[in-house]
Amino acid sequence: MSTPLIAVEDLRVDFGAAEVVRGIDLTVHPGECVAVVGESGSGKSVTARSLVGLAGPRSRVRAAKFEVDGRDASRFAERDWRRIRGAFAGLVLQDALGSLDPLRRVGDEIGEVLGTHRIGDRRDRAARIRGLLDDVHVPEPERRARQYPHELSGGLRQRALIASAVAGGPRLLIADEPTTALDVTVQAQILRLLDEKRAAGAALLLISHDLSVVARLADRILVLKDGVVVEQGTPGEVLGDPRDAYTRRLIAAVPSAATRGLRLSVDAQPVPAHTPDPATPVITAAGLSKRYGQHEVVRDVSFTIGRGETLGLVGESGSGKSTVAAILFGTVAPDAGTVTFAGRDWAGVRERDRRPDRRGLQFIAQDPLASFDPRYTVERIVAEAVPPGEPVRERVRELLDRVGLPSSVRDRRPVTLSGGQRQRVAIARALAPRPALVICDEPVSALDVSVQAQVLDLLADLRAADGTALLFISHDLGVVHHLADRVLVLHEGAVVEQGPVHDVFTAPRHAYTKELLAAVPSWAKAPALEEVPS
Amino acid sequence: MLARRVGTAVVVLWVAATATYLALLAAPGSTVDTIIGDGADSPEIRAQIAREWDLDRSPLVQYAAYLGRLVRGDLGRSYLLQRPVSEVLGAQLGSTVQLAVAAATLGVLLSVVLALVTTGRGAWARRVSGTVELAFVSTPGFLVGMVLLNVFSFRWGLFPVAGDRGIAALVLPAVTLALPIAGLLTQVLREGLERALDEPFAVTARARGLRERAVVARHALRHALLPVVTLAGWVFGGLLGGAVIVEQVFGRPGLGQIAVTAVTSQDLPVVLAVVMLSAAVFVAVSTLADTLYAVVDPRLRTAVAA
Repeated sequence: MSTPLIAVEDLRVDFGAAEVVRGIDLTVHPGECVAVVGESGSGKSVTARSLVGLAGPRSRVRAAKFEVDGRDASRFAERDWRRIRGAFAGLVLQDALGSLDPLRRVGDEIGEVLGTHRIGDRRDRAARIRGLLDDVHVPEPERRARQYPHELSGGLRQRALIASAVAGGPRLLIADEPTTALDVTVQAQILRLLDEKRAAGAALLLISHDLSVVARLADRILVLKDGVVVEQGTPGEVLGDPRDAYTRRLIAAVPSAATRGLRLSVDAQPVPAHTPDPATPVITAAGLSKRYGQHEVVRDVSFTIGRGETLGLVGESGSGKSTVAAILFGTVAPDAGTVTFAGRDWAGVRERDRRPDRRGLQFIAQDPLASFDPRYTVERIVAEAVPPGEPVRERVRELLDRVGLPSSVRDRRPVTLSGGQRQRVAIARALAPRPALVICDEPVSALDVSVQAQVLDLLADLRAADGTALLFISHDLGVVHHLADRVLVLHEGAVVEQGPVHDVFTAPRHAYTKELLAAVPSWAKAPALEEVPS
Repeated sequence: MLARRVGTAVVVLWVAATATYLALLAAPGSTVDTIIGDGADSPEIRAQIAREWDLDRSPLVQYAAYLGRLVRGDLGRSYLLQRPVSEVLGAQLGSTVQLAVAAATLGVLLSVVLALVTTGRGAWARRVSGTVELAFVSTPGFLVGMVLLNVFSFRWGLFPVAGDRGIAALVLPAVTLALPIAGLLTQVLREGLERALDEPFAVTARARGLRERAVVARHALRHALLPVVTLAGWVFGGLLGGAVIVEQVFGRPGLGQIAVTAVTSQDLPVVLAVVMLSAAVFVAVSTLADTLYAVVDPRLRTAVAA
């Protein structure tokens, strides 16, 4: 067997007192794709970065064996690392909007690698940059090279970032969450591109929180938890026959068609059934349209949500999901169309006229932190939403209890809470006035799979108990398939398809829905999704 | 865009002129006294002066006449010196501009160097540097000036004690004005550098094999300069105010001297002209800063175009 590119034994990384990586063995051979999967805090990013000597300031890296490119990296000085970076190993980070310098042209960012490692002649550098952009399938490479990152779409930016990572012709490409925050169809394209680079000879070390993303590409998967590898093997072994309890829980926690009606956080127990009543509408939207300047963001959108019903709203970024939510909530007035809530005109009226029924319609945002007053305690945040005349302290205690928060968080401020706890506080606040409808805008997108599972279970319990209707906005089709009764597919501001979630997702009629479903990374767990022709 | 800028500038200048006018109107003392000064004094002369300078009209008419002249670019005549204000200011302007530009340049250069040297040097160097900067920012200019004068001029005789002859005379006043600027800007710059160096794009840049120095120079510094550009208008505006004191301390001729004399002797046209001048400088500098901001940050350019 050839010399491994990376051969690490008992890797340990600590930042002072906290040891984040606690003894990891990792080998990457030429042309291989190794995936490291774990939730936040598992040490996966630190592991990846320590392989190029970028674990961070104040970090201490130790290992029994630490070989990079066949050399002992534990003796590397800073200049040895600099020769490795960009030339032997390229690094692709999440979200190229932050990972490419926003103040510099895309072409200059790529050219920086060429200049640093003295690749090619200065005179034909522009041609080289063009060629690199062309290789990652960026159309009009010449024009794009002169643009700034913010002028490119998310997908093009990520391609440009990959172009800069492979510019030095590295034999190892380290991709840390390369598709997170991208739409599913774009994610599929980027994964294909990474696979292409692998086929061209580069080894791939893929870091992700999402098992399904890596399942397609990886030859081997390492599952990380608290800085330790708990399980490793081929995708078939790890996903099909997981040995470790944590891996099993992680897989079970992924929402999909197969998990409908079941708990995600506890193995295969049913959730209490909710009883939607589509015949009695809670809210009705008819012919909604909204344009900003020349740009039509919402076109003729109509739907109803019945009492206790969960409507999933799916679509990619820019499809108009959030604008529809804002119109329903009443913060954006539509240019045309009506919204009827609680039997009264809801859109395009003064807030004063909405006020009597305001409590009946609540909102949960993706990042609740921004919607909390940072100086308020949890108790005060929830108490503010309790209708006047009700015993505040008792209601707050009851609500926190219902969303599964210990009473000890009552006096804490939102910043000191974890992402999952914050979302629970947001749910408690939304439920306080006993709403008929809660608009949830990507409520679990920023959460780890296992935390997402708990929050989804909580929402399922609460809607069954209260009969609350939900408008559930998400880019994650699996989450919607798991939770929603009906689904509405939005594309460029228009509804392309709507109907019962199972019908739409198993027998999509519109080409866009088919495209969306085909792009969902999946493994054997979601057979329904694989029948879709691509 | 441009029309709005010009409009804003006109409004700022008008408000500045009016506010100063009202303040001086409310001040005690008679304008005629100012004009007479130590000259011959009789009721006839007083009446003649009042007629000649339009002082017998109502304040409103005087104000309107003043604005009218201002629009035509006529700053009026100094009560005290009996010369056109533009002439009085013109003679002293060069000296003050020289001082302000020297101080601003020195301050910015000093802060860039200090920030680059102290960034990422660990908590200890930062604490020392931070304390020194705070001391500079919070020490009054005249005190710094007097200390510098004592040490460098009186004791060591390195620089002239007063006057504005040559570069040597410029050094101490410029340093006096530059120190608080440098203190402020260093803090802002270092904070910006450290924030930029923590951003993902800095990690990406390091992952390309760049030296840390290159990461700072090519990536982080531009990000750190953005807030500095925003502050530039404020800093330059403050410079003129600071110049008044520093020119007194160092016995330099300049706008500062003129302004002080004019205020104490109620030489209204001169005071108004100085105020108008600093307002104009302020507007010009902040316009320049906004333009510069768009040059440094491409994201702003598209936002303006869209």
